[in-house]
Amino acid sequence: MSAGTVFKYGDDVDTDVIIPARYLASSDPAALAAHCMEDIDPGFAGAVRPGDIIVGGRNFGCGSSREHAPLAIKASGVSCVIAATFARIFFRNAINIGLAIVECPEAAAAIRAGDRVSVDTDGGVITDHTTGGTFRAEPFPPFMREIIEYGGLVNRTRAKLNGVIG
Amino acid sequence: MGMTITEKILAAKAGLAAVAPGRLIEAGVDLALANDITAPVSIREFGRLGAGGVFDKSKIALIPDHFTPNKDIKSAENARIVREFAREQGIIHYYEVGFAGIEHCLVPEEGLAAPGELIIGADSHTCTYGALGAFAAGVGSTDLACAMATGKVWLKVPPTLRFRLTGATRPGVSGKDVILAVVGMIGVDGALYKSMEFSGEGVANLTMDDRFTIANMAVECGAKNGVFPVDGVTREYLAGRRIAPYTEYSPDGDAEYEKTYDIDMSRVDAMVSRPHLPSNTAAASECSGVRIDQVVIGSCTNGRLSDLRKAADIIRGRRLAEGVRGIVLPGTRRIYLGALREGIAEAFVEAGFVFSPPTCGPCLGGHMGVLAKGEVCVSTTNRNFVGRMGHPESEVYLASPETAAASALAGYIRPAY
Repeated sequence: MSAGTVFKYGDDVDTDVIIPARYLASSDPAALAAHCMEDIDPGFAGAVRPGDIIVGGRNFGCGSSREHAPLAIKASGVSCVIAATFARIFFRNAINIGLAIVECPEAAAAIRAGDRVSVDTDGGVITDHTTGGTFRAEPFPPFMREIIEYGGLVNRTRAKLNGVIG
Repeated sequence: MGMTITEKILAAKAGLAAVAPGRLIEAGVDLALANDITAPVSIREFGRLGAGGVFDKSKIALIPDHFTPNKDIKSAENARIVREFAREQGIIHYYEVGFAGIEHCLVPEEGLAAPGELIIGADSHTCTYGALGAFAAGVGSTDLACAMATGKVWLKVPPTLRFRLTGATRPGVSGKDVILAVVGMIGVDGALYKSMEFSGEGVANLTMDDRFTIANMAVECGAKNGVFPVDGVTREYLAGRRIAPYTEYSPDGDAEYEKTYDIDMSRVDAMVSRPHLPSNTAAASECSGVRIDQVVIGSCTNGRLSDLRKAADIIRGRRLAEGVRGIVLPGTRRIYLGALREGIAEAFVEAGFVFSPPTCGPCLGGHMGVLAKGEVCVSTTNRNFVGRMGHPESEVYLASPETAAASALAGYIRPAY
């Protein structure tokens, strides 16, 4: 379960604005978090609190494959990203590093900046406590749920390499 | 049911007789690629896996190209992490500065990509190799770490969009304009989670370099991959570069496409993408009021020898417009040498351009030409997002080498012809 205050952005939020390339010489999550969203929302890094939620529109995370982008969001304390759709590499990266994401066009359209929102990522239920609205997202297929339950692809692959799972 | 090129490659690599869109597969990897920004994260995650070594030291390519030659101390440390890992693991395809180049120019040039192969790279423009009839897709660093250990990747079989090309481009119009027109037509998420298959009689009129440029920007439509059929142009390119055998796949007559787009290339204008999305396209002739501060010619999209040659033919004997800075980024050492031997480098330098070593450099605001606040750049690169090439208040117009060269001479955006 994730719960927090919403930071809301529009369509096509690209990974260059999530974490500009001028900071990519470092891959330390905390250093990246200090500059997260800087080019479209300079106040984000100072205002975000643990548990807070990002809501984007269509094609969230488009552009560069840099895993530094979901790493920066995760390290900034964001507990979940809700979007109408995600760009595919960002989607993979988020699943692989254990950043909770939910694809739900209705929620992405209705939820406003500053709303208090909670997300039950297992059941796919999103609740906007400010407006009382609830939204249902399609749950992930079992294969992706397994990666999420292991806490990311590295843990799952390690279990596979050790013969724990087939 | 028939299969598309992408479905056939994915089925073969997953050991299945057939696959259909939506199916999750675990597929074998023919080449796993990373650069100096993504590889250090992959190497860190690889260490956490506890794997003894990489799955195949001849199927991994590590190419430092983004912040190299090292732009600062942190970049130098990253490059060292990659270099030491390559040495420890005995990675065969590690390329040191001087022998390296922009990864998506270098990999095909070195014969490391071939038809029918499954290639993943921790770089979004890995889709470039679809030009050769391979399935090639960008992934993240963690995906790449796991693939380096296991030789496998999880993929969801994408539905395919078909782009039927007819005709040939007009003078001053090339592959870049065709793909900019496509991005403008379907949007930056028009092919999200999907495969883009290019086909039709017009393919024969596209050079190999044009195909690389087109496949390169499939990701700018959100696509998983972009793929071309294999023909005589492809085979001629591969001859002498590729020693190992490869498999050519063509789509079945009854393959299922989610949608088909018909594009008459003879009707495509010289295009630009205005700030701040690649889909924000317009004819170059409509942007003639835009004054420019800098022109960049090169990158994984347009840094090949024919790109530089076309631009050089326009600028030869002329000078950059007053107040305009010009930067040329050849893709690889061989391209650089070709540019020297053909007098291309000389034409650029005489015109007032900086002739850079091969690097991604300013494309992602790294080095070698970062933009200041308020500056406007015409660039043959692939992205014009906010802050992409420097200050968040700078502006990037994407264009072909021909349009970039003509604009550099004029001082404002204009098509070459």
